[in-house]
Amino acid sequence: MNLKTVLEVLEGEIFPLPSGLSPTTGRDFDNLEFSCGGAADLMSDVLAFARPDSLLLTGLTHPQVVRTAEMAGILALVFVRGKRPPPETAALAAEVGIPLLGTRYKMYEACGRLYAAGLLGTGFPDLYSLPVGMGK
Amino acid sequence: MTDHTAVEVSKLQELVYELKIEDVMKREVISVTPQTSMREFKELLRLKRISGAPVVEGDMLMGIISLEDLIKALEDGQMDNLVGSKMTTGVETLYSDDSAVQAVNRMARFGYGRFPVIDRSGKLVGILTRGDILRGLLRRLEVNYREEEIQRYRASHIFQDIVSDRTSLILRYQVQGKDFRQGGAASSKIKRAIERLGGGPPIARRVGVAAYEAEMNLVIHTDQGGEIKVEIQPDRVYILAEDHGPGIPDIEQALQPGYSTAPEWIREMGFGAGMGLLNIKHCTDGMKLDSKPGVGTRLEMWFHIPPPESVQKQKEDLL
Repeated sequence: MNLKTVLEVLEGEIFPLPSGLSPTTGRDFDNLEFSCGGAADLMSDVLAFARPDSLLLTGLTHPQVVRTAEMAGILALVFVRGKRPPPETAALAAEVGIPLLGTRYKMYEACGRLYAAGLLGTGFPDLYSLPVGMGK
Repeated sequence: MTDHTAVEVSKLQELVYELKIEDVMKREVISVTPQTSMREFKELLRLKRISGAPVVEGDMLMGIISLEDLIKALEDGQMDNLVGSKMTTGVETLYSDDSAVQAVNRMARFGYGRFPVIDRSGKLVGILTRGDILRGLLRRLEVNYREEEIQRYRASHIFQDIVSDRTSLILRYQVQGKDFRQGGAASSKIKRAIERLGGGPPIARRVGVAAYEAEMNLVIHTDQGGEIKVEIQPDRVYILAEDHGPGIPDIEQALQPGYSTAPEWIREMGFGAGMGLLNIKHCTDGMKLDSKPGVGTRLEMWFHIPPPESVQKQKEDLL
């Protein structure tokens, strides 16, 4: 699923870059293609279970969410529940070339809408045997 | 579609959007005036080996005249008539600052193979055919490809250019304790260094995630912070994260999934879930953790860099 479709499905918006900043990558965000999606407020889990080229939905807006996405190869972030990124988060996102999106939907419904529209999840964790309930 | 192909395809898409008509159009336009006779027009087609021409008066585009119009004039015996009476008016045009993709769309919509190009004041500045777009794209792709090759060469051939019995590149980063906002800055640079040195996305990602977990541990658990040392060799990466912080009393316990001593404020940020060391173990090809309470902690990590041909296979195996 591409970014444009994600925005349509979530009735969302893409947050503009902080003033005075231009994106460091010339990427055409509309056509950014996500392999799958994930949702978490636990960055530790994101680092362990996220897949490359995926979309992450989260309720956290601090800059480490962007760092986590950068390290895990996540292509874009969606802030749920109408949250907006603070300037330092937007600045870091612009620096590393990760678009930030927002939706009014709460986490459950945002995920449900995307899943129903065909953006599947990351599958079962295959890292190591985890106690029940530790997986995403 | 592989990542690489996807990147190439999106680059091509970018190019089509970036490429402006004025970058690819022909600027030397062979044109006629409305006062040119059809007979003169026929000679022009023959001499210049073209199949049509825009009709201009001064700088302004008045219409277009084609081989088809000429044939009709021949049939009707009207070769002495003027181009002005035979040309097609209300011509579809393109603006010079439009993107090539708009040109492609218009060509498809109207079925014309040739469009006069005007500037915003209506002045004829060029002419555009499908071939021009294709040539422009190919030229641009070639330039991009060369630039990329040069960049790749500079970074990734460091190891071949500098000859020694054992070449390694050492990077050192100081990490501040409790500086949550800056956390990850070192790992970001490490990840980028691996990419620039020619490590593929999978290895860069593994190194990045492991380094980030280690860096966040320094941020979260120490007051004075610590140092991350990265040693890059052609076939492997070694990372040492060292601090003189509180140390880990029970390493076995620290490696249990879910075990964490992170403070509440860190958990609220989504970190400190007791997954870090386990995730490091998963991302690395080897890991060694030494710690003494009150003295500090040493975390060593190894990564094998696969030879280029097995990069694809490794990616499929990854996470």
